[in-house]
Amino acid sequence: MVEKGQISIGTEERVLMCGNEALAEAAILAGCDAYFGYPITPQNEIPAYMSRRMPEEGRVFVQSESELAAINMVFGASATGKRAMTSSSSPGISLMQEGMSFLAGAELPAVVVNVMRGGPGLGNIAPSQSDYFQATRGGGHGDYRTIVFGPSSVQEMADCISLAFELADKYLMTAMILADGFLGQMMEPVVLKKRPSVELPPKDWALTGAKDREQNIVRSLWLGEGVLEDLNFKLDDKYKQIQKNEVLCEEYEVDDAEIVVVAYGVAARIVSGAVTRAREEGIKVGWIRPITLWPFPTEQISKAADEFRLFLTVEMSTGQMVEDVKLAVAGKSPVVFYGRPGGGVPTVEEILDKIRQLTLGAKT
Amino acid sequence: MTANGFYEEIIIAGFGGQGIMLTGKLLAQTAMQAGKEVTYMPSYGAEVRGGTANCMVIISETKIACPVVAKPDSLIVMNKASLNKFGPRLKNHGLLIMNSSLIDTEPQLDETIEIISIPADELAVELGSQKSANMVALGAYLQKRKLLTADQAGQALPNVLAKRYYKTLPVNIKALQCGAEFTKSCCKV
Repeated sequence: MVEKGQISIGTEERVLMCGNEALAEAAILAGCDAYFGYPITPQNEIPAYMSRRMPEEGRVFVQSESELAAINMVFGASATGKRAMTSSSSPGISLMQEGMSFLAGAELPAVVVNVMRGGPGLGNIAPSQSDYFQATRGGGHGDYRTIVFGPSSVQEMADCISLAFELADKYLMTAMILADGFLGQMMEPVVLKKRPSVELPPKDWALTGAKDREQNIVRSLWLGEGVLEDLNFKLDDKYKQIQKNEVLCEEYEVDDAEIVVVAYGVAARIVSGAVTRAREEGIKVGWIRPITLWPFPTEQISKAADEFRLFLTVEMSTGQMVEDVKLAVAGKSPVVFYGRPGGGVPTVEEILDKIRQLTLGAKT
Repeated sequence: MTANGFYEEIIIAGFGGQGIMLTGKLLAQTAMQAGKEVTYMPSYGAEVRGGTANCMVIISETKIACPVVAKPDSLIVMNKASLNKFGPRLKNHGLLIMNSSLIDTEPQLDETIEIISIPADELAVELGSQKSANMVALGAYLQKRKLLTADQAGQALPNVLAKRYYKTLPVNIKALQCGAEFTKSCCKV
């Protein structure tokens, strides 16, 4: 583990860190006041790092007795106007869903990190992308969304978490980092720098002691006639704004492409390796990489589908994001899928073969 | 090799406790300090002391796409089980650094593969620390590939070693150099 004094923080200097630790340090840089969590592989480096660094910074670290406790501690800390986060891996995130729904109902900002492992059930500890549905559809009960980032490098693990804190405060909702075991464990050079601060709405709703002012109430229970419906429409307006303003995605050589591969996270890294080699073979192929999984880059993909192209979605699951790709393509072009679930990781060679097959298919 | 300079994929493997992860981290740190692009991927399964351990390192002049190594250019194996597991994955014309102290068989590999058979444990014992066998093997690799030097690795070592192990810095730096010397003397390079 990286120790105090061994790395430079807040400078342009590159440091070698694993994704979990880079994310943790970036959260501290982003002003995370409190971390609550319960251990689970493959994200243990986050609580381990936080357990040492948060007290050094005079901030809060609690190893909770369970994931349920952790997410509700986040709720409590956030209700006081502080920046709070938790992290876990797939089975632990499932346990947190009730709390996440309550956070949405109470319109509280929170940051949740899911370093995905294979499922369902306890599954295994290998990297996986099988929680896409859960993450992008809200996950818990009720009509709500969370902002979801799908980083694909250690640098993006750091960058996405600072943005997650910002957007959580801007929109008063949960922002999630949806990483996987590989991204958490792998080490890459990373530059740890503070995001330029932006003006955010004042937290005048926070529970800070009601002396000399009206009391604030933070809750997710709205029994009055029509009150919840109004809240649901208000949330929906907010979600529409986010879909308009906060989409992040990256494209590569899509303009002349006959095949477009869509992938996120570590799968996108493998895809980019395969696409580069396919280009060397003269195959006209490009890729689109969603960085925000919700809001999804629907417009970008729809635009690419205006011309007839083959869309190949690659995931480390049996096919989840592919449904969003199909919704975006809206029948304008064919969408095919290639996936490896349960901890299986596709190789560059496998994806390259798939691309070659599609080329043959397109010609016949 | 690519048109844009070198692209080297390495797998380092052995049993838990041989310092496999540290060796990979040191290689990655050295490459980063030399201004290269680098990725390091550990196996993070239920590894325990005595079990198997391996990691993948990629060093490149340009941005690295896929961090997963299917077929390495170079393989450093510290025990027999690792040779059996990863040997067949080595690319033709690849490089094998094998710890002959713990591997008593001749590897049955493609004839284009260059093999450096180094008694890493014995050499490390002579230096006074058997635990430094990993550094001996890494030194041999660095000297052969010449992408980075054993000196550079020695300079990077304090950045990957926990401070409580700083007392082992001198012997580990010696071990890196010892490995490099071994390559110089055994191979006309």
